[in-house]
Amino acid sequence: MTASADIPLWAALPVALLVLAGAALGLVGSIGLLRLRSFYERLHAPTLATTLGIGAILAGSMLFFTVLQTRPVLHEVLIAAVVVVTTPVTLMLLARAALQRDRAEGSTQVPGAAAPEAPPRE
Amino acid sequence: MRRRLPYVLPVLAFLLLWLLLARSISPGAILLGAVLAVAGGAVLAWLRMPVGRLGRLRGVPGLLAAILAEVVRSNNAVARIILRPPPPGTRRAGFVAVPLRMRDPRGLSALACILTATPGTVWVDYDARSGVMLMHVLDMVDEETWVRTIQDRWERPLMEIFE
Amino acid sequence: MSAAILSWSLLAAQLLLAAAMGCAVLRVLAGPRAQDRVLALDTLYVNAAMLLLVFGIRTGSTHYFEAALLITLLGFVATAALAKFLMRGEVIE
Repeated sequence: MTASADIPLWAALPVALLVLAGAALGLVGSIGLLRLRSFYERLHAPTLATTLGIGAILAGSMLFFTVLQTRPVLHEVLIAAVVVVTTPVTLMLLARAALQRDRAEGSTQVPGAAAPEAPPRE
Repeated sequence: MRRRLPYVLPVLAFLLLWLLLARSISPGAILLGAVLAVAGGAVLAWLRMPVGRLGRLRGVPGLLAAILAEVVRSNNAVARIILRPPPPGTRRAGFVAVPLRMRDPRGLSALACILTATPGTVWVDYDARSGVMLMHVLDMVDEETWVRTIQDRWERPLMEIFE
Repeated sequence: MSAAILSWSLLAAQLLLAAAMGCAVLRVLAGPRAQDRVLALDTLYVNAAMLLLVFGIRTGSTHYFEAALLITLLGFVATAALAKFLMRGEVIE
């Protein structure tokens, strides 16, 4: 806890707010993971953490390190880019996997395949 | 040679990524990064990443602003649903089939990323033959409204950019 | 004064994120389907990356950022592989 000793108040407040807001969104997303009733509903919960949640924390971190001038703030940009690119891919893959498994089991909760003669898709 | 030209942008992006990771712009880092970036571009060519001319780029800033606004709005909406669940029976989640006119694979993947990254909507499936996209929404007020929202807010600007 | 505000709010943020990880772990244990567990695991990764970022701000060290970057990348690969496996494999539940 030595790094933040000399940060001015005008920077400390927004950093604190941004980090708290991001952490709160992460928690809300995880609560949604517990509360929502079906898998497809729960699929929406983690996006709170992966959009504004981690975004707010990264913004707070960028502000903090810019004000202290300890290092360039490029790493946050990198993490943000990685999260933005990877999250949709994982969620889409999971959604398709779940849909395929439910269809294979003949579940009535999900819409059927688009066309019977459609070629098998990855 | 002409065929390789479209990969210039991805290769430059790879190089930038490497320099960011290495946190240095020394000649050694640039050289190593350039070698790796060209290798990455070769992999993209081998994977046949769809390339082609982009349409009008004027719409990009507006689209980015719209995405940001939508992400903030839907974060709020989904957080509300989670924290104060409406009485059972009033909120309905479900699948929506959206017919799309867009066929460009880059535009479709951009749409998939936008929809999935936005809380409350997840892209689930796409049928290339009929052009019908299947998505799941957390708060389905009205199927028709969702279809029109997707087509007007996202598909049209994306088609202007990619086609 | 400002250091105290920052210190306490960073601690609070860490507790919130730890609680978030706890919720994700509960969902991993509860299931009920394999896809629920994989989704919860992915959420766990994201929460861990966020927790590491807050640690990075607290200590002012860059090592935590490397770790956060690694966790997001590994989480992506792991989740993508598991999802692929769910599509293909015979999953015993």
